[in-house]
Amino acid sequence: MGDEPVPAVTTTTEASPLLALKGVSKRFGPLEALTGVDFEVDAGEVVALVGDNGAGKSTLIKAIAGVQLCDEGAFFMRGTEVTISSPKDADALGITTVYQDLALCDNLDIVANLYLGHERFVENATRLTGYLDEMEMEKSSLKLLESLAVTTIKDVRAHVASLSGGQRQAVAITRSLLGEPSVVLLDEPTAALGVVQTKQVLNLIRTLRERGLGVVVISHNLADVFEVADRIIVLRLGGRVATFDVKGVSHEDVVAAITGAEFGAAPDEVEEPT
Amino acid sequence: MSEKEQDTQVSGGVGGTLRRLGRVLTEGRAGSLLVILMIAAIWIFFQIMNANFLSPANLTNLMLQNVAVATISIGVVLILLLGEIDLSVGSVSGLCAAVMAVLIVNHNTSPMLAMLAALATGAAIGLFTGFMITRFRIPSFVITLAGLLLWEGLQLYVLGATGTVNLPNNLVTKLTSTFFSPLAGWIIAVLAIVCMCGLAFLGRARRRRAGLPAGPMRAQAIRLVLIGAAMIAAIVVFNKDRGLPLAVVIVVGLALVFVYITEQTRFGRHIFAVGGNAEAARRAGIRIDRVRIIVFVLGSTLAAGGGILAASRLLAVNQSSGGSDLLLMAIAGPVIAGTSLFGGRGSVWSALLGALVIGSIANGMDLMSLSASVKFMVTGGVLILAVTLEAATRLRRQTED
Repeated sequence: MGDEPVPAVTTTTEASPLLALKGVSKRFGPLEALTGVDFEVDAGEVVALVGDNGAGKSTLIKAIAGVQLCDEGAFFMRGTEVTISSPKDADALGITTVYQDLALCDNLDIVANLYLGHERFVENATRLTGYLDEMEMEKSSLKLLESLAVTTIKDVRAHVASLSGGQRQAVAITRSLLGEPSVVLLDEPTAALGVVQTKQVLNLIRTLRERGLGVVVISHNLADVFEVADRIIVLRLGGRVATFDVKGVSHEDVVAAITGAEFGAAPDEVEEPT
Repeated sequence: MSEKEQDTQVSGGVGGTLRRLGRVLTEGRAGSLLVILMIAAIWIFFQIMNANFLSPANLTNLMLQNVAVATISIGVVLILLLGEIDLSVGSVSGLCAAVMAVLIVNHNTSPMLAMLAALATGAAIGLFTGFMITRFRIPSFVITLAGLLLWEGLQLYVLGATGTVNLPNNLVTKLTSTFFSPLAGWIIAVLAIVCMCGLAFLGRARRRRAGLPAGPMRAQAIRLVLIGAAMIAAIVVFNKDRGLPLAVVIVVGLALVFVYITEQTRFGRHIFAVGGNAEAARRAGIRIDRVRIIVFVLGSTLAAGGGILAASRLLAVNQSSGGSDLLLMAIAGPVIAGTSLFGGRGSVWSALLGALVIGSIANGMDLMSLSASVKFMVTGGVLILAVTLEAATRLRRQTED
């Protein structure tokens, strides 16, 4: 038994995170946006990706989402090497992204936004007539929102224009879950939200974690990061400079890593040896 | 002091009520109510000015005068929903009517075939416009402005030296000169009312069975009663004159088809999505260029249909067919009746209601034999009023966000 390769494979799978990136680099002309960055997120884990402007957060997220290809680097899903060269590839691998602008249609109601591009039809209607099954979509929308414990949205026929920022974020996140992804990337989900709405969105992120999804959150707001994340990965000038477990780290340590104030000191020691 | 306080309180109360009223009237869903009130006011005004305005003969004429504009407006609504504009619909209607007339008179083509050729010409023009907009990213404003000149020039060329082609009595002219017998009119109205109520009832029953809220029943019942009463009144009026005009049935039928397409099908949903947020639609996997091209094809084909109806009413196609204020009427109508110029908001019904508003004003001013100068200024004023209302709604929507 021990000679067979099966147990070995099992071990790697167990040790392999849900999504891992190894040695990702990206250049824009003379500018090195990312230099040999590793990244990983586990199932049922919230990873916060923090860093100053220009640290490479967006470039990294875009590489994972397949929107912008990196020059070097390998991608692994559950230990298996994969290639992501388009948003479709990312989609097929179960990686979904909620961008900061949310990409919602204000003039449509919540149901229409949730199913935009994936509308359901009445069974015996042909594709040509495209008769929409509004009731089925409405029922599923209610079910989906309920399963995510989104209690702030009562009327799924309300137009998105009439929703608050937090509700809009909830709609965008809910929509990203329709394809049953395993990794969700959230770009600044709490930017420009009030206190109560921020709390609601953070609760939603916790629900995603409980569902066993790997969640990556880009955020400038360290308070939010500390409240919801399990691990914090700090990027600076295109390199990964520190990784923190959220328990047992202070705001100051993270800020120091982001700004490079204590360059080469404590933060780097926390980083796992490569 | 206390008097003053009371005063401000009272005016605040009145102002508040007015504001609330204004809010209800300018809100999207009550939009058609506002237009209906507008039509009622216009009709009462002109009836006071001229006792013939509300006579069955004049109301029937009013409807027949507006079938062409209403048909073109249906296409304009689709294009406005997309957030685009088509300034060439007037000249497209003229060119397509000219193609039809020349085929019938000079080439002895059957009227049916000639009408199909006109519609196909419209579709081809729409395809060209849509292609230019999506392939070269030319703003629709510019390409259709060029089209306005181009198709009008082509229309003059097609009509030839005489510049006028008179239509013989045939299928085309019958479109606007056929009337249903009083009995047939009643049967059509009763069938329409039964279908409308049946669909509403079935819809509510299905939603209840699915455990979904069915919405306020009273509002729906009131709406059904009002629409039913309007249909009965229309039949009574039509039957006092020559009967229900075939052209009115055609236009209402066309509107129903496009209401279904825009509100019940995936394609319609995608039109709204592209008009609301094209980037979001693209990211959702919608082929937005394909949606745009199809909508421009539909818009120009409907313009051709409007051209056919206009020719049928005029019994001829001449150099001014599709010219002058037809384009402005066709665009102003839907906007007056609540379709946004900025895309994503509106309804096909606004094409019919808008045509009725503009047509009533034009007809009433004709009865008062006002000069063209006054007519243009009044129509322009109504349009300004309508777009101001729309802009106010939009501003409030933004501040509410």
